[in-house]
Amino acid sequence: MFDFLDSGQYDLLDAFWVTVQLAVYSAIGSLIWGTALAGMRVGPVPIMRSFGTAYVNVVRNTPLTLVIIGCSLGLSQTLGFSMGADNFDDIGFRMAVLGLTAYTGTFVCEALRSGINTVPVGQAEAARALGLGFFQVLTLIVLPQAFRAVVAPLTNVLIALTKNTTVAAAIGVAEASLLMKEMIENEADAIFAVFSVFAFGFVVLTLPTGLLLGWVAKRVAVKR
Amino acid sequence: MKLRKATVAIATGLTLSLVLTACGGGSGSGDDSGNKITIGIKFDQPGVGLKTSDGKYTGFDVDVATYIAKELGHKAEDIIWKQAPSAERETLIRNGDVKFVAASYTINDKRKAEVSFAGPYLMAHQDLLVRADETSITKAEDLNDKKLCSVSGSTSAQNVKDRLAPKADLQQVGGYSECLTGLENKAYDALTTDNSILAGFAAQKEHQGKFKLVGLSLSDEPYGIGLKKGDTELQGKINKALEKMQKDGAWEQAIKANFGPANYKNDPAPPITETS
Amino acid sequence: MTSVLYDAPGPKARQRNILYTVGFLAVLALLAWWVLGTMADKEQLESKKWSPFVTDSRVWTTFLLPGLWETVKAAALSVLIALPLGAALGIGRLSDHAWVRTPVGVVVEFFRAIPVLLLMMFASAAFVQFTDIESEIRPMYAVITGLVLYNASVIAEIVRAGILSLPNGQTDAAKAIGMRKGQAMTFVLLPQAVTAMLPALVSQLVVIVKDTALGGALLGFSELMYQNRAITANYGANTIAALTVIALIYILLNFALTSFASWLEARVRKGKKGTGAVVDIKTVDAGGAGPGAG
Repeated sequence: MFDFLDSGQYDLLDAFWVTVQLAVYSAIGSLIWGTALAGMRVGPVPIMRSFGTAYVNVVRNTPLTLVIIGCSLGLSQTLGFSMGADNFDDIGFRMAVLGLTAYTGTFVCEALRSGINTVPVGQAEAARALGLGFFQVLTLIVLPQAFRAVVAPLTNVLIALTKNTTVAAAIGVAEASLLMKEMIENEADAIFAVFSVFAFGFVVLTLPTGLLLGWVAKRVAVKR
Repeated sequence: MKLRKATVAIATGLTLSLVLTACGGGSGSGDDSGNKITIGIKFDQPGVGLKTSDGKYTGFDVDVATYIAKELGHKAEDIIWKQAPSAERETLIRNGDVKFVAASYTINDKRKAEVSFAGPYLMAHQDLLVRADETSITKAEDLNDKKLCSVSGSTSAQNVKDRLAPKADLQQVGGYSECLTGLENKAYDALTTDNSILAGFAAQKEHQGKFKLVGLSLSDEPYGIGLKKGDTELQGKINKALEKMQKDGAWEQAIKANFGPANYKNDPAPPITETS
Repeated sequence: MTSVLYDAPGPKARQRNILYTVGFLAVLALLAWWVLGTMADKEQLESKKWSPFVTDSRVWTTFLLPGLWETVKAAALSVLIALPLGAALGIGRLSDHAWVRTPVGVVVEFFRAIPVLLLMMFASAAFVQFTDIESEIRPMYAVITGLVLYNASVIAEIVRAGILSLPNGQTDAAKAIGMRKGQAMTFVLLPQAVTAMLPALVSQLVVIVKDTALGGALLGFSELMYQNRAITANYGANTIAALTVIALIYILLNFALTSFASWLEARVRKGKKGTGAVVDIKTVDAGGAGPGAG
């Protein structure tokens, strides 16, 4: 039943490796972008606040499929912005990372914002009393504590991101779900085996992440 | 208490819509009563088979199918058009969901193992579509350092990769429109698929003067009418209808009407080969 | 909290803020200028690419609105089927019997760990092979099956969290007047949990609506996203314009749902009748319900 695994026709590890790469690059990107968005949304400059709010509300309510196809069609094709890649495989991969980052950043931003709310008011007040400016208060006092509080929600975002990398199949990035689609078409008599192999792959990717980061979340949580 | 009322209202609304959809979803094809005939065509290929914004259907395949239906004794109003995406055609025929399929359906041996064909009614070839001012692409080998677009899973894409221009940078996308946008934007240099489909796109009024066909014959794609395997009676009738269509000039007229403005040089009507 | 992060701006800070504002606006303007300029260069702003959406009502009646209807139908059906299933799984996970609790837990965790796209693709292939569902509605069935499997397990967690959010006194009181476990659940706990869960459930609806787009892009389900192909085939490959309009429809629909969820949450929190407990979607979305796919 599982003989397609030995046929050498499909490179499962390669496909899952692309999935992992997509997840890692997008995770780093969305952490940075989400933090920047959160900074804008709690900052003193009104225009940045409204930009942050508008961005989050618009992107969060758009299907990820549309965001990624938009990146590929709009940014790369029409605007000619290819992030330095020169063949279509690389462009597709980078556009998928960009789309995932733009989308996931909004969830990181919202998680961080609720994390900021868990930091006691006295912390920021004390910092201001010392004469720190907004940027210093945010980066030195509030964010380090906020991050420790939101490890658990961010883990959920990371797991969702890992699963969301499958959407990159919509622009033809050769990750796990695209391979599964191909295999289902070719191995019609073994769809249960194909599905269980891929399901297993994703369980392997997401479960340990959840357990490990769940443990980290408990370790670093600020006891109040 | 108000909230509970709201909840009830929402629940009622949802249930109602469920009931409505459940009722609405049932009808469809399969009923041949009242002299209806169900035919599978493409819905998204201008010039070949297209669902227009009026909810009507146009294209060469549609004209051919209408003609055949007329010869089989069905009025144009009695035709139920059904979408037949490339991957679904064999299934539709096998399940009897459609009487026959006219959907840029190339006759080949692999498909003949599953369905029977009548025709062919058009000899198409794989070709390239380029921007009107493009001069550097005249033969397949020119593609080797070019950016090429095709629709994922198509045989045209496979042809390019395997033998025509293995070094071309090939992007496979979900639909032809994406390719055309990219071609217009200079993200791609050429789009490849059957020349009938390319001509249909190039002939659209929004595209006239923008693109041109290179005019290569990179492969032979004889389009046939797909029907249930072994239904020789229907096959004979359809072949007779196709012959009549070619003789009385309706075939030529349909070509002109659908591909005319694209400078598409069609092959003459192919002789019927699919008999049993 | 946010306002305590910075002092009320004095004259100097106000000046600096103005500087930031001007700088930020300049960057945005530059970006917009580049985007629009390049698009105009590549003839993507031509009015004939965009005008059909305003002048030609048939774009709406033939393509967009039927597509939207398919989207809404699939989302509504998914929720309606997933709701009872999810409730059963959620209660099952709270069971006192390990032989119920454990398998239910495994099922829930399994379906939450798997991308919904994989479930849809598998369902689609399975329907082709083992059923004779018509090809026209098969993609919709596949999408709904995938969404139900995934969302039932998410709803199970919402239900579980909703019941756990109720004060212990509720169970104790029910037991004190002689109710059995089943009675306490159906007459005391569930009715109260439902109010606490409502906002989270409406938020989940947004995720479902977004996920239907996957079926359009990859499985040939003729929902809103899929109409892009039909529209661009008719109006001269105006993909950018078509996708922009489609995105706007999604955003409006989901924004309405999100706003409704927040309104609901505010009502529940204020309500004096209930316990005031609210299930926060963020606490239960270990599988990723919040960010969702699609």
